[in-house]
Amino acid sequence: MARTLLKSTVGKKTIMAVSGLIMLMYLVVHMLGNLKIFFGAGEFNHYAHWLRTLGEPFLHYEWALWLIRVVLVAAVVAHAVSAYQLSRLDRRARPVAYAHKRRRASYATRTMRWGGIILALFIVWHLLDLTTGTVHPGGFQEGHPYQNVVDTFSTWYSGVIYIVAMLALGLHIRHGFWSAAQTLGAGNATRDRVLKATANALALVLTVGFIAVPVAVMTGVVS
Amino acid sequence: MKLTLRVWRQQNADAPGTMATYPVDGISEDMSFLEMLDTLNEELTLKGEEPVAFDHDCREGICGACSLVINGDAHGPERTTTCQLHMRSFDDGDTIDVEPWRAAAFPVVKDLVVDRSAFDRIIQSGGYISAPTGAAPEAHSTPVPKPDADFAFEHAECIGCGACVAACPNGSAMLFTSAKINHLNVLPQGAPERETRVLDMVAQMDEEGFGGCTLTGECATACPKGIPLPSIAAMNKEWLRATRKVSR
Repeated sequence: MARTLLKSTVGKKTIMAVSGLIMLMYLVVHMLGNLKIFFGAGEFNHYAHWLRTLGEPFLHYEWALWLIRVVLVAAVVAHAVSAYQLSRLDRRARPVAYAHKRRRASYATRTMRWGGIILALFIVWHLLDLTTGTVHPGGFQEGHPYQNVVDTFSTWYSGVIYIVAMLALGLHIRHGFWSAAQTLGAGNATRDRVLKATANALALVLTVGFIAVPVAVMTGVVS
Repeated sequence: MKLTLRVWRQQNADAPGTMATYPVDGISEDMSFLEMLDTLNEELTLKGEEPVAFDHDCREGICGACSLVINGDAHGPERTTTCQLHMRSFDDGDTIDVEPWRAAAFPVVKDLVVDRSAFDRIIQSGGYISAPTGAAPEAHSTPVPKPDADFAFEHAECIGCGACVAACPNGSAMLFTSAKINHLNVLPQGAPERETRVLDMVAQMDEEGFGGCTLTGECATACPKGIPLPSIAAMNKEWLRATRKVSR
């Protein structure tokens, strides 16, 4: 079964769909957590600390967080490897292009591959900025996420990088969620409208929810 | 009507091809696209040039032999087969690009003719049922629920022309393969091979070098028989079910 799953194009798509849905679930939680910033430094920092003590006393300090990180890294790797393999197959399947060019499919559909690469680069920057603090513009303080977020978005370029990436995320989810549903066999003629509406709603809510934070910092609502 | 055609000319599978330009005159808007090409070929033959090779057979829109990507659209601007496309869909003075299906799995044989044997091999790998031969069985001995019969018939309409592959940006054959699988898998007659059918046909489809599905929906838009995009989801569902059931 595992071999069939890894070898087949349908299997590779299944891996993409499942890993994508895992990341999507994480993003919903992440976005909701981010919005706590609007309740002030105390509550936001407390929430960040709680993430580290989650599962105690059964789990050790930060174990839950590391568990989530391991699952996420596995999902990202599985998603990226499948995407790379499928893209190579797709390109090889059409070696000679049509002379008559015309625009095919929607913007979200056409930008899945480049959007995915933009998101991968964004994740690297995002981790170096707010998790490790390596490229953080201010003095990065471990355990003071509120101040770190405010420092990051006090520079114009961080805001731009973040907002562009979140727009790419919205487009990626818009086509990705619907595609994942089809790949997992959930699509049919009557259900497709609901699936498309759900994909659009998820894309919109996540994009707006994530962008709210840099916009709030840049406009001085959060400082 | 007076038209300018830009047609893909390629001597054989190994020769390099190019788009050649031909003016055609005296085209009636009631002609089919293939009759327009016949007119061009008559002129070319009279001039001592080699006529343009293209596939055609029934010219009634039911055999799946005709192909052609016309102005970037598989089977041209109307949702039908090229043989059922009429010149009234074009304007006098138009320049029309005519190209063969483009896919690694459909190599060009000559000009606009491509080799679609890959589809035959996908069918051979599982597009059949095991039935006892002999006298015709009583029609009502195997009841089929009406929705299942409708679903099977909708997919049985696929004529295997390959427009889905030609239209897909990934050269994927998933719409064709899903139509053939769904047609038989939903019926009691197809039940004995339900799992092996989907696994073998998908494996053969991959083997032939078709691309994967990215759900752009171009295939379903191009399909002259209206095989819907959710067919692919239905096939995926069957494939996942079979993968769980059959350990190989």
